[in-house]
Amino acid sequence: MNFFHQLMEKPWAAEQGAVDDLHRGGEFSLAKPHVGLRVFLGVATVLFSLFFVVYIERMDFPDWQPLADPWLLWVNTAILTVSSVALHWAWIKSDQGDIDGVRTGLLVAGISAFAFLGGQLWVWRELVDLGYFASSNPANGFFYLLTGLHGVHLLGGLVAWARASAKVKAGGDLERINMSVSLCAVYWHFLLVVWLVLFGLLLFT
Amino acid sequence: MAYAGSAEAEQVPPAEVEEMELYHAKSFITKYVFSQDAKVIAIQYSATAIAIGLVGLVLSWLMRLQLGFPELFDFIEPGDYYQFITVHGMIMVIYLLTALFLGGFGNYLIPLMVGARDMVFPYVNMLSFWIYLLAVLILIASFFVPGGPTGAGWTLYPPQAILSGTPGSEGGIILMLVSLAFFIIGFTMGGLNYVVTVLQARTRGMTLMRMPLTIWGIFTATVLALLAFPALLVGAVMMTFDKVLGTSFFMPGIIEMGEQLSYGGGSPILFQHLFWFFGHPEVYIVALPAFGIVSDLISVHARRNIFGYRMMVWAIVGIGALSFIVWAHHMYVSGMNPWFGFFFATTTLIIAIPTALKVYNWTLTLWKGNINFTIPMLFALGFIVTFLNGGITGLFLGNVVVDVPLSDTMFVVAHFHMVMGVAPLMVVFGGIYHWYPLITGRMLHEGMGQFHFWVTFVGAYSIFLPLHYLGFLGVPRRYFEMGETNFIPESVQDLNAFVTVVALTVGFAQMVFFYNLFWSYRKGKEAGHNPWKATSLEWQTSSVPPGHGNFGEELPVVYRWAYAYSVPGAKDDYLPQNLPPDQVATGVEK
Repeated sequence: MNFFHQLMEKPWAAEQGAVDDLHRGGEFSLAKPHVGLRVFLGVATVLFSLFFVVYIERMDFPDWQPLADPWLLWVNTAILTVSSVALHWAWIKSDQGDIDGVRTGLLVAGISAFAFLGGQLWVWRELVDLGYFASSNPANGFFYLLTGLHGVHLLGGLVAWARASAKVKAGGDLERINMSVSLCAVYWHFLLVVWLVLFGLLLFT
Repeated sequence: MAYAGSAEAEQVPPAEVEEMELYHAKSFITKYVFSQDAKVIAIQYSATAIAIGLVGLVLSWLMRLQLGFPELFDFIEPGDYYQFITVHGMIMVIYLLTALFLGGFGNYLIPLMVGARDMVFPYVNMLSFWIYLLAVLILIASFFVPGGPTGAGWTLYPPQAILSGTPGSEGGIILMLVSLAFFIIGFTMGGLNYVVTVLQARTRGMTLMRMPLTIWGIFTATVLALLAFPALLVGAVMMTFDKVLGTSFFMPGIIEMGEQLSYGGGSPILFQHLFWFFGHPEVYIVALPAFGIVSDLISVHARRNIFGYRMMVWAIVGIGALSFIVWAHHMYVSGMNPWFGFFFATTTLIIAIPTALKVYNWTLTLWKGNINFTIPMLFALGFIVTFLNGGITGLFLGNVVVDVPLSDTMFVVAHFHMVMGVAPLMVVFGGIYHWYPLITGRMLHEGMGQFHFWVTFVGAYSIFLPLHYLGFLGVPRRYFEMGETNFIPESVQDLNAFVTVVALTVGFAQMVFFYNLFWSYRKGKEAGHNPWKATSLEWQTSSVPPGHGNFGEELPVVYRWAYAYSVPGAKDDYLPQNLPPDQVATGVEK
């Protein structure tokens, strides 16, 4: 779809009418839920970008005291990557119609996603024990805010993951399972990218 | 202009549009309460928005009572006055207009006008309404917490918004921020539906450029809202952290009553940027649907194709894009770099070009049209005049040198009430008079409609024209009472009393409108099919009001754009979008 090209059309002209009558209505060949997810990811991208912009702007102030980067964050990053890869694998398996493969992929992805969230909470605990309170420095406030927001998005994703798993467990039809799993996988990849950007920001500041 | 160009189309069968699975309600509760039908959700959204809008109206009366007759009403304390201002602004801009245009008109019209059976994600659509309702209830709840609702002004500027001097700085501000967060989440759910339905669920033959301008307006406004509301969410979340957890995102070091607060190092200006990065597009989130709807009202009721359809679409898209690079014109007095102000003044004035283009095109559509002075047409005309007036004062305020002395005066109040208060409301009313026959199957009463229009139109001008003048005199906004000054003449008080009397009258006159809504539902004239002889798909349904699934057995097939009025060689003076080309000469089946 070329949006600007379409804006140049003259819908009142007879020649254009002949072309338009054949138009089937939709714009993209993607399924509707996938278009919906992409639109949502656009909104989420704006949300996270605004936070990042605000974060970078705030860093320039002289009172900024970066917090220690707990080594546990590296482990968490690895766990989230595993989760994302496992979901992608489940997606491929569901394309092939291999329901056992889907089951394994979903299981690994779910366990590792929960492990990631647990790990993040662990990091929070450690930082609080070390005296990095949210109110003691803006850098700390941002850390809790951004990791928290990312975690909430992952929790939302886990609701979708649970629904997909329920469909697999109930032995629903493969097409619907494939749709659910593919949506989860795309969302997980998005959250992984957001996390990598966020982690990078935390590391290099 | 020939519409017979579809000869080829008859030879090549058009691709089929996939049918969507509809959720069929089994009980009263799933049909009318937890409904997944966009038409029911639209009514729910509209009713909730109008109900909370009435609260906003009453708050404006209380403000006017204080301004018109200071010291007469001793139940209004200065703190109360700030709370009235704040909640009035919030309700009207977000909970009334945004919800009504997108949740109300959007839900009802998008599926019907693009030829879909329903929104693409009906369940999410239902959730959207219930989360919106929750947001409204949280807002209402803030009236009942200790300290009352927040009195920070609708812009909620920190640091004052969360400091103890401001009314409602305990529970009120937190509930306000939480309510906004819920509103945004609910809206995002609805917005996904509107965007994906327009993109993916149109019927066969309905290209983007064949869509009525109403849909273009609502679609573009939804995209703006999806991109702009996150900025408000970011601001709201960070301010909640500042208030609840004691972080200092927006809070500088502050000495309050001789005591150093624990805040320090935050940037209040940052909040202003975030707020207006949302706040300016918000103006167009309200205005673009109004632009779209009014284009269709004018076209239908003047029996003329909209003048310059393509330019109208470009203008909508262009205004939408420009609206993201003008936000700092709300902040000229924040101490910004003059070059920064210069940039934003320039972009602001550039918006006048596509906007003026629209006003010219509406006027040119009326030129030599067969204007029927129906109630929707009266409101459409009222809109054009009011929007023009409000837009022109916008040119004043867009210039830094003119804005600085006028900033924080009643002139600003008059400007934005004209351009984004009265003008969009004119379209809301026009739209309700226009589509009420579709929703209920009956016409609204003409006489009551005439009364409603003239009182509202003349009344609105009697209220807001004097406010421009007060602003020029230097009467500041947000002041509880003026007291003695050496630059404001005493006659200002008489004018304020006059405005208050008119405001109360116009407010009460709206009751005629509500009475009309109920009276006509039972006793109004039967509307029948397509009483306005309109071309767009929502009037071509098999039953009126449209049933579940909108279009009966078969989805309509579209053969032309929505502006086929007075086509030479056709039997009737309008051609519905789904009228097959071979029936153009014989006319619409009755």
